[in-house]
Amino acid sequence: MTNTNKNLRFTKSHEWVNTDVSPMTIGITDHAQHLLGDIVFIELPKLHTHVEAGQEIGVLESVKAAADYYAPVSGTITEINEVVLSQPELINQDPYHTGWICKITPDQSASTDSLLSEESYQHHIAE
Amino acid sequence: MSSIKFTSLYPEHEALHAKFVEFYGWKMPLHYGSAIAEHLAVRQHAGLFDVSHMTIVDMIGAGGRHFLRRLLTRDVDEIKHPGGACYSCMCNDQGGVIDDVLIYYRQPDNYRLIFNAATKTRVLEWLNTHSKGYSIGFQIRHDLSMIAIQGPEAIQKVMSIVSPYQMDVLSTLKRFNSIEEQQIFFSRTGYTGEDGLEIILPAQHAIEMWQKLIQAGVQPCGLAARDSLRLEAGLMLNGQDMDEHISPLECGLDWTISWKPHDREFIGKPSLIQQQQENQYPRLVGLALDAQAILRHDQTVTAFGQSVGHITSGIFSPLLKKSIAFARIDADAQTKPLNVEIRGKLYPVETHSTRFYSLNKK
Repeated sequence: MTNTNKNLRFTKSHEWVNTDVSPMTIGITDHAQHLLGDIVFIELPKLHTHVEAGQEIGVLESVKAAADYYAPVSGTITEINEVVLSQPELINQDPYHTGWICKITPDQSASTDSLLSEESYQHHIAE
Repeated sequence: MSSIKFTSLYPEHEALHAKFVEFYGWKMPLHYGSAIAEHLAVRQHAGLFDVSHMTIVDMIGAGGRHFLRRLLTRDVDEIKHPGGACYSCMCNDQGGVIDDVLIYYRQPDNYRLIFNAATKTRVLEWLNTHSKGYSIGFQIRHDLSMIAIQGPEAIQKVMSIVSPYQMDVLSTLKRFNSIEEQQIFFSRTGYTGEDGLEIILPAQHAIEMWQKLIQAGVQPCGLAARDSLRLEAGLMLNGQDMDEHISPLECGLDWTISWKPHDREFIGKPSLIQQQQENQYPRLVGLALDAQAILRHDQTVTAFGQSVGHITSGIFSPLLKKSIAFARIDADAQTKPLNVEIRGKLYPVETHSTRFYSLNKK
């Protein structure tokens, strides 16, 4: 895995979330972009909408397949990365930095306990 | 249980960190990083494909011509000279496509046929059943590998790495012709819509040829790019766009049927004549979508809320930067406004010729 940092947490559905910043930045993992192949379209979540952890928030279309992605935490979408709309290849090339997808301001009550550490995520995808 | 098969070039694909896919029992490269970059390399420069999974059948014997005139929708007599080639369908008695095949006329008693990997067992069984009584023998050439070099710079790249004798014969090789020189079979054919070569050579020499072409700057390409290139160029894929229940008329391959001379009786002909006369058969059309979604195999095509057919093949076209597809739709739906259902939502699509890209129109 390239360019990760230890602040990231992961979901079993292959999203990453930086829980150390507020709002929390969200993207899909390097493993996920590898599985999908070249990503050609992305549907971003709507700004200011409230989402629950595990809720589908958008769709990625790659040359190979369409895939939903999900909110890792409950909260409000407060920023979206409009650059990836015109350059979806950034999600392939740089999934942890310029290929980020959106930012969520978590609810007061939002829990991050069920998110995986990098080590657990690596273990999960190796299974 | 059948075990996975590997081509002679498998170690090369591994060394290039290919992402693999299982394709009808073969472990084949899907891409080497980016299918889109590979696709564009073929359109702009040159790309290299391992197609050794395809079935090469040499048909030797005096009865070859008679047998092929009976077996195929295309009349092999249309190939006038040794070295010529033609593309045909091989149908069953109902006119369904068992396979599409490229036929090389090498000598009056020697034809080389290239079938798909997907249909191998069925094809060989069909050949054995129907060749009884003709004086011919078959040789399945497992000892040969096949690589395709495609793109505007393809021939020039090959000429830069072959022997002076081979360079000489390649300099005069015409489109859709083949030539053999020093154990290597060169054919100016392909499956991408570009100019280029398909090279058939002893498996033990394939790696050397592959490595030289990579060193010459030819982009290795996987099956994903092969699929998007052939779809842009309006070329059909057996198992996707047709199968044994689909006739050449229903998959846009009516042009592979030689209706003349009238006295040639080929397998499936009566059914095809009937279908043509009734003129009610479903049509294969091209579709283009101007939306952030991708047309894919098996999606439903509708007109005025009614299902009128299905997508047979769909891709994101790296050249047109939108999704394009082939769809088989009811004969009377061709002029109607069409929609495609993608993930529960209807998207309007434009009908288009199946040839989205043509070298001649460039």
